Amino acid sequence: MSWVFLRDLLSGVNKYSTGTGRIWVAVVFMFRLLVYVAAAENIWKREHDEFECNIKQPGCENVCFDHFFPVSHIRLWALQLIMVSTPSLLVVFHVAYRENREKHHNQKLYKNPGKIDGGLLCTYLISLILKTGLEIVFLVLFYKLYNGFKIPRLVKCDIKPCPNTVHCYISKPTEKTIFLYFLVATSCLCIVLNLAELSYLVFKYSIKYYLKRHVKKQQ
Amino acid sequence: MDWGALHTILGGVNKHSTSIGKIWLTVLFIFRIMILVVAAEKVWGDEQDDFVCNTLQPGCRNVCYDHFFPISHIRLWALQLIFVSTPALLVAMHVAYRRHEKKRQFRKGDQKCDFKDIEEIRRQRFHIEGSLWWTYTSSIFFRLIFEAVFMYAFYFMYDGFRMPRLMKCNAWPCPNTVDCFVSRPTEKTVFTIFMIAVSSICILLNVAELCYLLTKFFLKRSKKAGNSKHQPNHENKEETKQNEMNELISDSCQNTVIGFSS
Repeated sequence: MSWVFLRDLLSGVNKYSTGTGRIWVAVVFMFRLLVYVAAAENIWKREHDEFECNIKQPGCENVCFDHFFPVSHIRLWALQLIMVSTPSLLVVFHVAYRENREKHHNQKLYKNPGKIDGGLLCTYLISLILKTGLEIVFLVLFYKLYNGFKIPRLVKCDIKPCPNTVHCYISKPTEKTIFLYFLVATSCLCIVLNLAELSYLVFKYSIKYYLKRHVKKQQ
Repeated sequence: MDWGALHTILGGVNKHSTSIGKIWLTVLFIFRIMILVVAAEKVWGDEQDDFVCNTLQPGCRNVCYDHFFPISHIRLWALQLIFVSTPALLVAMHVAYRRHEKKRQFRKGDQKCDFKDIEEIRRQRFHIEGSLWWTYTSSIFFRLIFEAVFMYAFYFMYDGFRMPRLMKCNAWPCPNTVDCFVSRPTEKTVFTIFMIAVSSICILLNVAELCYLLTKFFLKRSKKAGNSKHQPNHENKEETKQNEMNELISDSCQNTVIGFSS
């Protein structure tokens, strides 16, 4: 079980997406998943070992690290990637349900089970709203937990058993800040893509619906 | 999820590339991605652990390392490779869109579509013409821009491509100017120069491909312009032939009608 599973999941989702949805999948693959695995993971690999406090008191470093990094950035990033990709599963499940129904009744109930209309449109819209919501939740979480997206070089810590206010130095703060900004930028891009897709679908299907009603009235 | 996934995605684009494009892809995978994964990552693996400063002051080493390496070489290369590979996705998406349109035509039973089955559509190789030409050319253009930007960023950040053995640091909390020693500077310099050289080769290949596509485009255009000048004479000959055939048909019809009436 690794990121390959997420990659296969997203490839499956790609089949039933709109054009913008496919761009979203490409952005998630290339600029988020690949960057995470190929670059970001290694930066945070030894963050605890390289976290150094100006004191020899045993336990002080551990306690200070735990205080300043309740959940490591890299773990939050991984959680965000997983959560944000999961709502697309709803669409895959709905299409599978449609295909199952057709098999069960042994007749063609839908012109094309993968076409985005009717109930599948609602599921698709819900998945888009969930994706956008989760992205925003994680960005806010990052911001609130770490007071912004900048990682300081130095943090001052005075938790027991540290005997006084001790200086603790974080490793590679500039590199980590650069990658955090990259994470924020790609998240915002994905939010914009999701909102664009949402508005496009709502606009397209409301026009279709009103045209149908207009034709029916005329008849 | 790793570089293998990128290989799968870009491998699909390979089919629709020019020969220079195929060479570029091979150079990218063998001399850049593979070298990065198999060798370079190990050379830079212990970079902070073995970055040693001539002081016992806690925190001085961290701060000095951060000052001299705002973003590690290995991460810059990884980002460069990702950004440089991304424009090829545009081509892959355009090809997928064309295939989708052809499949739709085939399903509608359009007579213009001359494929026997969907498998043939899937296997078909698209020639780089029309809108695909524009997508392909812009992807090469973006690749060039990204390569150039990253090479410049490298040069700017590290003041050249050489890794020094010794760096002098006096950032707080270092008590004075402290000597810090980089681990494996020669090996890192060798790999840096290698990666820069391969980047330059890739830039040259992209420029060559761009020139090739532009030359082909202008040659085609001038051929078309030449043909359209000759075409009116050709059209006249066709017209006279058609007129003769029409006369023959109408004559034979009249004869038949006369035959029936009698």
